[in-house]
Amino acid sequence: MTEVAIIGIGMHEFGRTDGVSGMDQGVLATRRALADCGVRWEDMQFAVGGSADAGNPDTMVSKLGLTGLQFTNVYNGCATGGSALFTASNTIRSGVYDLGIAIGFDKHERGAFRVNTKSSGLGEWYGASGLALTTQFFGMKINRYMHEHGITQPTLAKVAAKAFRNGALNPMAWRRKPLSEEEILESPMLSYPLTQYMFCQPAEGAVSLVLCRADKAHDYTDRPIFLKAAVVRSRRFGSFEVLAPSLAVESNDGPTVDASRAAFEMAGIGPDEVDVAQLQDTEVGAEIMHMAENGFCAHGEQERLLAEGATEINGRLPVNTDGGCLANGEPIGASGLRQVYENVLQLRGDAGARQVPDNPTVAYTHVYGAPGISGVTILAR
Amino acid sequence: MATSVPVQDGVFSGSPDRPRLLGSRCTTCGTYAFPTQSGCARCTGTSMEPVELATRGRLWTWTVQGFPPKAPPYAGNADPATFESYGVGYVELPGQVKVETRLTENDPTKLQIGMEMELVLVPLRTDAEGRELVTFAFRPVAGEEGRS
Repeated sequence: MTEVAIIGIGMHEFGRTDGVSGMDQGVLATRRALADCGVRWEDMQFAVGGSADAGNPDTMVSKLGLTGLQFTNVYNGCATGGSALFTASNTIRSGVYDLGIAIGFDKHERGAFRVNTKSSGLGEWYGASGLALTTQFFGMKINRYMHEHGITQPTLAKVAAKAFRNGALNPMAWRRKPLSEEEILESPMLSYPLTQYMFCQPAEGAVSLVLCRADKAHDYTDRPIFLKAAVVRSRRFGSFEVLAPSLAVESNDGPTVDASRAAFEMAGIGPDEVDVAQLQDTEVGAEIMHMAENGFCAHGEQERLLAEGATEINGRLPVNTDGGCLANGEPIGASGLRQVYENVLQLRGDAGARQVPDNPTVAYTHVYGAPGISGVTILAR
Repeated sequence: MATSVPVQDGVFSGSPDRPRLLGSRCTTCGTYAFPTQSGCARCTGTSMEPVELATRGRLWTWTVQGFPPKAPPYAGNADPATFESYGVGYVELPGQVKVETRLTENDPTKLQIGMEMELVLVPLRTDAEGRELVTFAFRPVAGEEGRS
């Protein structure tokens, strides 16, 4: 099958940019990605775009140029970026096109996500009763996990402190001020056991990635990054997922476990060969649980790993080197592509003050979103 | 006594002192669902029968909603000045399903995974005509509170 390479990357700063629409942030990220690999918009044979709240991506053509290209919109909750990349990658793998672009952007209102119960297939009673909050799911999932696997609250704070430390090293991040573990633990309790600074916030930003057939990558760049795997999975019976009015009594692995296994199989490598990982950290508990669900450690081992600093930039397995969702916020359409952007920088050796040492060669991304969907990519130099 | 209006028809039934959650059971594999649905998430079968679910179970996990949810969709008090936090959890109804629910208890020191809970109805708000909009919740069974 045709292999796929990422040849150009572009980003609009994450955070809040008053006066600039989400779509205009996407346009800017796209121009930066094109400039990064020296191609023009009119060279793009196809585009895949995702946005939850900032408009239909295919209308961007009126700003970028009416070239007649195929433009597909995708939407998969917080996994939208992962789905855009998966779709773009498969368009090249299938042999239909050689060169295209994946675009993700968003701009959300302030505060916790307002869940549209109707479009989520849920009854009005669910939101009316005060249940349709994604934050509740994360509080309940990590509370159960702490009970089963002995994770403690100080360990939760370590994850947030790392995120803001890494964010401080990232000029594109939103939250760039380090916070102490005490400040994190003492901030208001939003959804027990998670405090305010343990959660990411809906935000704004955009990322674009130019992709091409791997055998043509050197026509455009002398340092292509190869997409070894891109997998998206939904939930199976018995998993514990967000926005679920009920769960089965029996339990089963979630979509993250399924997507991760499939991605490692596709790439032909194991978790021990990964040099840097970006894992969905909607809140600190998610990062902790996703370390195990993606195969990087056993359940419960995170308590020791975090105490040892294993997930720091200089650790054995650096996780969320750009500050993750916690420091960047979560513009749904762009979030999954931000992870890939960061990994391309890390594999190119261009990550500056937050560069993972010793020339990393394999990098991993994982996004998770409603209503129980996960997207995983594996990149290699 | 105030008239009670359910937050939505078809989610629960019965009188305020004897409420029942309405679910479905697959006639092929026996799997339960809540709320009612026309197909089975386990075996993909399409023969589901309506059932009243058990009214007692054990707390499987929980959190406390510490900030006012956005309204809409929330129908209860979302005023930051007077908002009162409320518990949210999954209660495992033995052999049936784990139901996501409000909890009558909002104090983390009084909530324990594994404690026994029972179904009640709670008011969300009172409308202009004095009618109470009610939804379901689970409360700790007497004697279970504070058990460790």
